Amino acid sequence: MTDSGPQPGTSPAQTSKQEGPWAEAEGRLSRALRDLSQTSWLVTVLSVVVALVVGAVLILGANEEVQGSLSYFFAQPTDFLETSFQVLREAYSSLFRGAVFDWQASSVERAIRPLTETMVYSVPLILAGLGIAIGFRSGMLNIGGQGQIILGATSAGFLGYALSLPAGLHVLLALAGGIIGGAIWGGIAGVLKARTGANEVIVTIMLNNIAIYLLAWLLKQDWFKQTGSNQPLSSSVDESAQLFSLLGSGFRIHAGFLIAILATVFVWWLLERSTIGFEFRAIGENPEAARTAGINVTKATALVLIVAGGLAGLGGAAHVLGTEYRIAGGIAGSLGFDAITVALLGRSKPLGTFLAGLLLGGLRAGGVLMQAQTGTPIDIVLVLQAVIVLMIAAPPLVRTIFFLPRADGRPRLKKKHRRRPQAAGTDESASRESTLATADSGSAPTTTQEADK
Amino acid sequence: MSQTVETTAVRAEPSEGPSTGVRPISWKYPITYAILAVLGLIFALTNPAGARTHFRFASAGDFFEIPIIELPSRPAGWVLAIVLLALAVFAFRQAARRARTGLWLPLLFGILFVLAFLVWAGADRGAVIPLVTMLTGALALSVPLIFGAMCGLVGERSGVINIAIEAQLLAGAFLAAVAASVFTNAYMGLLFSPLAGAMVGAVLVFFSVRYQVNQIIVGVVLNVLIIGLTGFLFSTALSDNPGLWNTRQQLPELPIPLLSQIPVLGPVLFDQTILVYLMYVLVAVLNVFLFRSRWGLRTRAVGEHPKAADTVGIKVNRMRVYNVILAGGIAGLGGSFFTIGQGLAFGKEMSAGAGFIALAAMILGRWNPIGAVLAALLFGFSTSLGNVLAAIGTPVPSEALLMLPYVITIFAVAGFVGRIRPPAANGTPYVK
Repeated sequence: MTDSGPQPGTSPAQTSKQEGPWAEAEGRLSRALRDLSQTSWLVTVLSVVVALVVGAVLILGANEEVQGSLSYFFAQPTDFLETSFQVLREAYSSLFRGAVFDWQASSVERAIRPLTETMVYSVPLILAGLGIAIGFRSGMLNIGGQGQIILGATSAGFLGYALSLPAGLHVLLALAGGIIGGAIWGGIAGVLKARTGANEVIVTIMLNNIAIYLLAWLLKQDWFKQTGSNQPLSSSVDESAQLFSLLGSGFRIHAGFLIAILATVFVWWLLERSTIGFEFRAIGENPEAARTAGINVTKATALVLIVAGGLAGLGGAAHVLGTEYRIAGGIAGSLGFDAITVALLGRSKPLGTFLAGLLLGGLRAGGVLMQAQTGTPIDIVLVLQAVIVLMIAAPPLVRTIFFLPRADGRPRLKKKHRRRPQAAGTDESASRESTLATADSGSAPTTTQEADK
Repeated sequence: MSQTVETTAVRAEPSEGPSTGVRPISWKYPITYAILAVLGLIFALTNPAGARTHFRFASAGDFFEIPIIELPSRPAGWVLAIVLLALAVFAFRQAARRARTGLWLPLLFGILFVLAFLVWAGADRGAVIPLVTMLTGALALSVPLIFGAMCGLVGERSGVINIAIEAQLLAGAFLAAVAASVFTNAYMGLLFSPLAGAMVGAVLVFFSVRYQVNQIIVGVVLNVLIIGLTGFLFSTALSDNPGLWNTRQQLPELPIPLLSQIPVLGPVLFDQTILVYLMYVLVAVLNVFLFRSRWGLRTRAVGEHPKAADTVGIKVNRMRVYNVILAGGIAGLGGSFFTIGQGLAFGKEMSAGAGFIALAAMILGRWNPIGAVLAALLFGFSTSLGNVLAAIGTPVPSEALLMLPYVITIFAVAGFVGRIRPPAANGTPYVK
């Protein structure tokens, strides 16, 4: 399971740089993600429940009425419970009404508008999430969604207002520009990783920050902004380059959602049906075996991040051409990091990522209404999504919280009994096999390290 | 064990060549010097004739007053460029003889190059380049980076990758502001801030050691969680009643007698808050303890070869738990700089990516306290330089300088600055 140690048939410089714990961590990463994909849907649902409970505690804690009723809790506990219930019902129902269906709306159009808003928010999340998911499946942790989205949005937006072309061609060109922008940014990390073994986590984090300053600099240049004002805001994308609206003027939903569906199908085809996708997955599972089988690992590694960057760039392009129309410094918001959550939540599967993108888009859309109606800050959405992913990543914890049996069918209590005399940190994970593999691989790189000296 | 660890950790050059015979000559450093020297020459050539560059060294309360120094730009540029070229030639000669040059060469070269750049950038701008202000700003910007890098270093030396430094800094900043505001005493904030960072560290080890969740994933998610949590609390409690929860408190500056009156260095280094003095102590202590104490040996053993450490009776996972929580405390303390260290109230996402730069500084410093401090200072200095240049208005966009830390880090991890070797068991959960 390790990709360390020199192998016959590869250049020594390459292997000596690719060994070491970071490379080792990637082998484990793909395994961790595989474990993640094996957890049952029940765990996902229960994770959402845990997140909603955590969110409820925060909402109640911040509510003054609840605080007031808590001061005489022992005199009249029902008062506290009643107020809490009211507050929570209001908050979570507005979250639902903002995300799915507004039953209080005056017209049918307004009632279904929240669902289309959810789709609008989910477009960049799905597209960038697919990019991150491809990285995960290939054993690479691409933290650079943010930078790739910025580059994609910037190039697509710039092509969108700087050129004047007929309608169909213009939008296609702008989208292609977005893909290329993101692919270049992902490709820098990919090529560096493939050629020098530079860890992609670090490189992509650095590229994120470089992209932010690059955009800040561009927004000071007159040739880029084309507005003539001092505001760091570009001019608006031409109508010929905008993604057309799907449901008419009352809705913000645009063709980007169709692109997201197409991209999901494409990624499914790429990963499950194409040769190159097989190579991606092979280097994610076991780079050494892939190399032995004749896969050009260097090329595939670079290509993974190029494709991932292209998808994230497309997400940024769809965001600008369909929703924002103008480039500002904060064009990407926290999309890049949310995309990581989407990919984790979707277990790096195309359909899962699509659904996870919809869920997070829904949280965003609902969070806006919740903030407007109940004054609950939208930041709570971040807390919810973080808790969901934390819980999904640690299925044993969820099982412990809900008194569920263990995944391998062994009774839980017995394990608890056995655990007691040991130190707190020395438990085994839910899956025995994976822990054994971890222990094995843990020793392997160190032996090769010593052989080096 | 400890000896091999140290030699590999501070080894400057990768041992990529054949194991027998001489090392191949590495030309990349001399070539880098040459390129920079030529750049210095271009600065000298493009300095306008008769232009002057003004430097201010003085600050209030010096022993003796240094007037504003006025340099004729062109001659000064030429002198600096020639010295730079001489140093580059020297580097080529040393490389050809396979002789090692000490740390003095890059340091001296760096300082002279920056001076050449400043002479060029400040030529005939009509503005004075405030050197002391710039250096003070550099140190101030480095403080959270250094604390964060020390946090990452302690964690990774014991085998736990910590991407959540950003979250720990932010949590520290938050709790420091709240505690200082509630007790109306900045020192209380200083006392509480490590708790916040340590709590984040505790969650990190809870998931990564107990449940063996991938450490990078936990780190990324913790960043989101803390940004959301502090943002939520900021928008609710802190905004509803800022008088109670979020008033500005500032740690007082404590000039050290005599030392603080040294010109230039005094006000920069010794007229600071207690937080900065704590930082000096922390770096010194960590540097000694990590390599010269039982705790340090065990920490490094756990991070390099947990199985061997376990065999001799070190509790690997317990060691990791304690170290990561301790490291979290360090980062939390560093986070307090954003609020009480600068006398600011808490604001949303006010750490603004410092945790990631701290991570980069740690890697660039090769998991070594002194190296990490130098890298953090470099990052702080380039940011400060960017700010000063943005103020006086120069041909170089300040964004280019603000990007510099990240570009340097990419070059570093791509193997340009020698092989970067993290602790061997970094990121590996340990299971008996």
